[in-house]
Amino acid sequence: MTSVLLQPEHEFETQDIFVNMGPQHPSTHGVFRMVLAVDGEVVRDVLPYIGYLHRGAEKLCETMDYRQGIGFMDRTEYLAAFNAELSYVMAVEKLAGIEVPERAQWIRMILCELNRLSSHFMFLGAFGVDVGVLGTSFTYAFREREVIFDLFEEICGDRMMYSYFRVGGLAWEVTDNFVARVHQVLASARQGIEDLDGLLTANEIFQARTKGIGHISAADAIDWGMSGPSLRATGVSLDIRRDEPYLFYPEVKFDVITGTNGDVYDRYICRLQEMYQSIRIIEQCLQRLQPGPIVPERMSRLLRTPPGEVYLRTEAPRGEYGVYMVSNGGNRPWRCKVRSACLSNLQALRDMTVGHYVSDAVLVLGSIDIVLSEVDR
Amino acid sequence: MKGLIRSFLTTGSTFLRKPVTREYPETHRELPERDRAFPLLLWDQDVHEPFCTGCHACERACPVECMTVMMKDNPAHTSQGGTSSRRKIIDKFWIDYGRCMRCNICVEVCNFDAIGMNNTWSGHESSTADRLDLVMDLQQLLSQSRAGAVKPWIAP
Repeated sequence: MTSVLLQPEHEFETQDIFVNMGPQHPSTHGVFRMVLAVDGEVVRDVLPYIGYLHRGAEKLCETMDYRQGIGFMDRTEYLAAFNAELSYVMAVEKLAGIEVPERAQWIRMILCELNRLSSHFMFLGAFGVDVGVLGTSFTYAFREREVIFDLFEEICGDRMMYSYFRVGGLAWEVTDNFVARVHQVLASARQGIEDLDGLLTANEIFQARTKGIGHISAADAIDWGMSGPSLRATGVSLDIRRDEPYLFYPEVKFDVITGTNGDVYDRYICRLQEMYQSIRIIEQCLQRLQPGPIVPERMSRLLRTPPGEVYLRTEAPRGEYGVYMVSNGGNRPWRCKVRSACLSNLQALRDMTVGHYVSDAVLVLGSIDIVLSEVDR
Repeated sequence: MKGLIRSFLTTGSTFLRKPVTREYPETHRELPERDRAFPLLLWDQDVHEPFCTGCHACERACPVECMTVMMKDNPAHTSQGGTSSRRKIIDKFWIDYGRCMRCNICVEVCNFDAIGMNNTWSGHESSTADRLDLVMDLQQLLSQSRAGAVKPWIAP
């Protein structure tokens, strides 16, 4: 005799339900809203909504001169403000044809790589929380990040919004004990990376949560215009520092870390290994650092650029951060457009999330390491 | 299992380290000399008047237009029987700390070293219940420097 319950007269019809996530949600890393179409626990579709943090930073830059725009570039990518500033000032320098003194370039390189470290620390900490390590990884990462920020504060006075790079060089000279302090910070950072590596990488629970989740193929990643560690995790060896060098990157040795599977775990490993490479770059920079001027000898007080257009891209922690600038000969850009890596990386969110559980959607979003102020600008 | 043990060993080893946190409102970290909070006007202790002549340089250079400057003839100028060499002097000055983005440009453009970024904790702990209280007038901007409480670092 069979039970009636096991043999229904007709099949159940199920309907996807929509789950709203954000804009005020701790795991969206900012004000990002996505609506998940959920079939039970499985995500069937993702509808992202961006624009909650739109401030019109690009348009604001068009109303003010080149020095005033630097502060707004800080705020487009606040976790790696030095890298954002670098793209902007280098675009203006290219437009105006300004030669930057050697010492200023080395210091820029050191600060940008340190900023990459602090940004990746932020990723490791927040990603650990997404996976479910509660606060441990977050506190470890923030401990090291604060050490780096202390150094930034000693040099340029602010912990996040530096406005330290200027067109032509730097705003002022670094502190006298700069080299010794950077060595201190690097020692502490290396310890911090090892702590986080030990806490997360080999952990079986962490691996079970991250391996095989959020897979994207190399071809798809290129089609979506992804860049940075998210692209390199798919196996594409593309690093603007190596392929389209700026500053003195051709003169230092470093490896471009690539993954194989393009899943969440690979994106994590890529960033983790990249931090060791950053330390390697900084150590080589410190050896090459010579005393000298930090601004060109001949600089007009009010900078005017010749008419023209320029696109300059650099490798920010999240990928290609480009600045496209059109000048009509005045002291302010006629058009200033920021190509943000986060926006392009975020496009692939649907491809990576569909088919996984709701809890993994959080992981995928965390693994592409978005900064919403850079997405919306 | 091996990975889990490694995780526990990592957390275990950090128990033995010195804590890096502070009881914030009770104890304050020492700020570096170059620390940047909000801009302040500086007081010339020799002739007992502000350095500022009200030349509008900072007002024009400010990216967020947070300053309002008005100048007047200096009543203490030598031609008026005083001791000051400043022909013009600041009359009224407002800085809206709610708008200021602490970019240091006003300090850079000032020809008289008359404005500087507050590098003490008083600049960081400036929360108010009303945002109009963040608009500082001349007296408020000068009072700390006049009392000798701050010595802002100005880039050479």
